[in-house]
Amino acid sequence: MMTIAQQAYLEDFDWTSLDLLFLVVKVVLIFTMLLVSVMLMVWFERKVVSDMQNRIGPDVAGPWGILQTLADGIKLFFKEDLTPDNSDRFVFKLAPYLSLIPAFLMFSIVPIGGNFQDGGDGSVEIFGRTTFLQLVDPPMGILVFLAMSGLGIYGVMLAGWSSGSKYPLLGSVRATAQMVSYEAALGLSLAAVLLESGSLSTNQIVQEQVDGYWNVLSLGIIPFIIFLIAGTAELNRPPFDLVEAEQELVGGFHTEYSSLRFSLFFLAEFMNVVTMAAIIVTLFFGGPDGPILWDTISWFWPILWFFLKVVVFLFTFVWFRATLPRLRYDQLMDLGWKILIPAALFWFLLLAGIRVGRDADWNPAAILIIGISVMTLLFAALFRAVRMAQEARAESDLVEYG
Amino acid sequence: MSDVFDYIRGFAVTFNKLFEERVTGDYRHDGGGEKSPKPDRLHGRHVLNRYEDGMEKCIGCELCAGVCPAQCIYVRGADNTPDNPVSPGERYGYVYEINYLRCIHCDLCVEACPTEAITESKLFEFSFTNRNDAIYTKAELVVGDDGRPQKLPWEDWRTGEDLATSGWMRATASSGNADYENKVAWSGELGYGVRHPEVGQHDDETGGDE
Repeated sequence: MMTIAQQAYLEDFDWTSLDLLFLVVKVVLIFTMLLVSVMLMVWFERKVVSDMQNRIGPDVAGPWGILQTLADGIKLFFKEDLTPDNSDRFVFKLAPYLSLIPAFLMFSIVPIGGNFQDGGDGSVEIFGRTTFLQLVDPPMGILVFLAMSGLGIYGVMLAGWSSGSKYPLLGSVRATAQMVSYEAALGLSLAAVLLESGSLSTNQIVQEQVDGYWNVLSLGIIPFIIFLIAGTAELNRPPFDLVEAEQELVGGFHTEYSSLRFSLFFLAEFMNVVTMAAIIVTLFFGGPDGPILWDTISWFWPILWFFLKVVVFLFTFVWFRATLPRLRYDQLMDLGWKILIPAALFWFLLLAGIRVGRDADWNPAAILIIGISVMTLLFAALFRAVRMAQEARAESDLVEYG
Repeated sequence: MSDVFDYIRGFAVTFNKLFEERVTGDYRHDGGGEKSPKPDRLHGRHVLNRYEDGMEKCIGCELCAGVCPAQCIYVRGADNTPDNPVSPGERYGYVYEINYLRCIHCDLCVEACPTEAITESKLFEFSFTNRNDAIYTKAELVVGDDGRPQKLPWEDWRTGEDLATSGWMRATASSGNADYENKVAWSGELGYGVRHPEVGQHDDETGGDE
């Protein structure tokens, strides 16, 4: 599974010298970058949402209110830290870290720069050593992302459960059901990408998309749309923020949290937003791929493209929030199980069919037409079945409740 | 299919908002910035009015306390001593307290008051750091010797807001009866005397000082 470049990198790795130093520097850099990006993201979100609502938004702390998050953080830091009487104390204190640490680890597999042009493998030379602009590139690559976002659920779930109070419990039950359901759709749309790249390594996934052959188009737009929707649900962001639906659940899973522990949850949440945007860019938009305009600073362009693309998706998440009203719980489950998962499955089969057909020299047009018509038929059958079940249920309700 | 286009139109709506003019004024900065003018009859912090001779209008009848839906007013009346009366009548408001953690500024107390003693000023920007401070007593509510509300240190008064704190009273004292329009049906006030009716109730030029 390992690429030649990775193998060379690992064989050359010198545990006593510069390489180890690079590793430490990278860890510190990513850590700082994530923290700063959270600070900017909170501000960005509040600013853009207020712009979309004809308001001004934060503009007192620092220029354009950019230090607002810092002020909020300092305020939270000095707040009283409460632990409810009914709570399971150990788990209550553990939960924020359970959601924070996966959020940090998730970013480690994202390549944020490096030259992928002209068959480049994304490596850069710093002080005569070859290295990659990503913390690690493990062979299981993108699975780290799935595993970590799966682990992050435990933070939310245990937080609500250990609070010993009803609204947080409801929030955590919702969180578990929602995140587990949408993880399926997320994984299935991801499978389409893996089919195309033939590797789990994020570096490899980016290499395969170089020079504008981005997965968003080459896979058909469906996997991207499914990933975007499922990703938004995975992040518990509006319109899928039932976990902390203020109007129904006070604050959802973090109702009982205060002070630093509360801010850790928010840190994790916004870090996940940034990471999700970065993962979407990596999987579907070629990561740091983009034209290198002046050769003199050639290392700079991929990083710039990467961050520009990430900002576009951060904006999209905020845009969702400003535009879409929150889903009802049954609508949420319907969307996940009856639309996204079947659609992701069908599209995966279609892509696989096209690949098989290409190898066996079948007529590509025929595969496409047959595939899509079978898909339409099956979807029609599925919707018919769902509709019939709903009608039957409505009828039995009528009998039961008159 | 039209549903999908509706979704996209929704996104266009929010996106276009980015380039629209902001509705919010720049009200937070020094000296109040560009606060929008307050309406004449804004329901703010209460004042207890006095007659032109300095006597208090409140007679301690407790109608305000009775009508208050939030039960935030506490009144105790007492008999005036003939030598040194506080109000012109038999009784006066001995204790008068309003709890601003409860008050919803509905102005029902103002409507209930038979002597126009309690009215509301335009001040709404005041805050407290403990629950005791939220209870205004008579000493704080009663107007000063110039007939204007007292400006307490934690309150944010802006120019002109302490004028016409009984404006709402004068406009509605004729009970909405058209026959009484522009007719003075209210008592005089300390520092102002009997005020003219407001301009705008009627189109003629017979009166009005504002």
